[in-house]
Amino acid sequence: MTLDGVEPLAMDFGGGSSLDGRERALALLLLSMADDEFVIGFSDSEWTGIGPILEEDVAISSLAQDELGHAQALYGLFVDLVADGRDVDAVAYDRPPEGSFHARLLDHPRGDWAQTIARRWIYETADAARLAALAETSHAPLRELVAKLRREERYHLLHMDAWLERLAEGGEGPRGRLVAALELLGPDAGTVLAPLPGETALLRHGILAEPWSAIEARWRAETSTKLIGLGLEALPATRDPETARTAHSDAFRALHEEFTLVRRSEAGATW
Amino acid sequence: MVTTPPAAPGLPALGLVPAARITETRVLAILRRVHDPEIPTVSIVDLGLVHAVRLDGDGVAVELLPTFVACPALEVIRATVSEALAVLGRPVRVEFTFAEPWTTDRLTEAGRAGLRVAGIAPPADAADVRCPFCESSRVAMDSAFGPTLCRSLFYCRECRQPFEAFKPL
Repeated sequence: MTLDGVEPLAMDFGGGSSLDGRERALALLLLSMADDEFVIGFSDSEWTGIGPILEEDVAISSLAQDELGHAQALYGLFVDLVADGRDVDAVAYDRPPEGSFHARLLDHPRGDWAQTIARRWIYETADAARLAALAETSHAPLRELVAKLRREERYHLLHMDAWLERLAEGGEGPRGRLVAALELLGPDAGTVLAPLPGETALLRHGILAEPWSAIEARWRAETSTKLIGLGLEALPATRDPETARTAHSDAFRALHEEFTLVRRSEAGATW
Repeated sequence: MVTTPPAAPGLPALGLVPAARITETRVLAILRRVHDPEIPTVSIVDLGLVHAVRLDGDGVAVELLPTFVACPALEVIRATVSEALAVLGRPVRVEFTFAEPWTTDRLTEAGRAGLRVAGIAPPADAADVRCPFCESSRVAMDSAFGPTLCRSLFYCRECRQPFEAFKPL
């Protein structure tokens, strides 16, 4: 897989960009992580005010706030590296929907509560595997941020584990919805850990500890143990891993329309 | 209260504190009067936010550690710190850093006491959380997520008060 093709859309570098191969691969990694956190955080925020119970309304809103903050910090590292004149808001809000580099798992609409939980659980487990593989990354600002993120994400994972169990053991209705959600999302579950362009450079320069395939294999082993323990099926192989982050859905285009609304209606607004 | 010392002989009185008088101790003393807007009973020093104070050239640089990456109070804290240090009459730089992760171990004893005064149980494993009002251990976690990113929701079965606990991190 080459960097060309995805890069003009996802990164839209200014003409004067002088990034080398290592920096381009690192920039795409940062952007993929930032976009993932941004899109799932924004999707979560759609539950604010309509969560199934008050505590959960607070919890999912808190998760959304965490993820948007993580996205902001990751976009910050991207902006520092790419230095093409864009600030964090420009990167987050000014790209067309086709240029977003989040995983297809996050292209699905939030759906019902079971679908939200199933997706969050899949995402949190995959994100934890990704962060673990970056714990010793050679890019110091990322290493420092990852140490911080892992402490916070632990709470997300605990919460999602508890909800997964609650739905799986919650009788016919909740379990049926969970099973349907896992079937729907399953083929896109692995998109979070699908190989990124520039993987060779990431490995050669010690940015990523091991190949994406190894990270994914460990994640699959862990999630299978959990799912099978609950009498559920292991997650299936990834559908179309080549377009894991580049072909986006109408549901995402609608979400993009929503989250860019303020920015588009009042250029340069701060809030 | 800061008084401007008389100008040294031969130097013009600028109304500023001479650079030699600004020490890290002095800066920290000022920062002890700055509070997290969401926890008004704990200073940012006792909260463990201060990573470094640097006196370089003619300025003061303060590096702070965010408790949570997405903490919305950060910009307020940055502004409050700048305002408080303006008394030194030197350029002030306030930066947030992830150079080391903020953890609840950074809270001082005074910080933990201050949390209790605010009705927030200091961070502990869920089993060790005590009610900040009656000290009872007969408490139950309602939800790991509370009204701010750094707090969980608990209920005290002894005094029948809901309360918040700082999340261990």
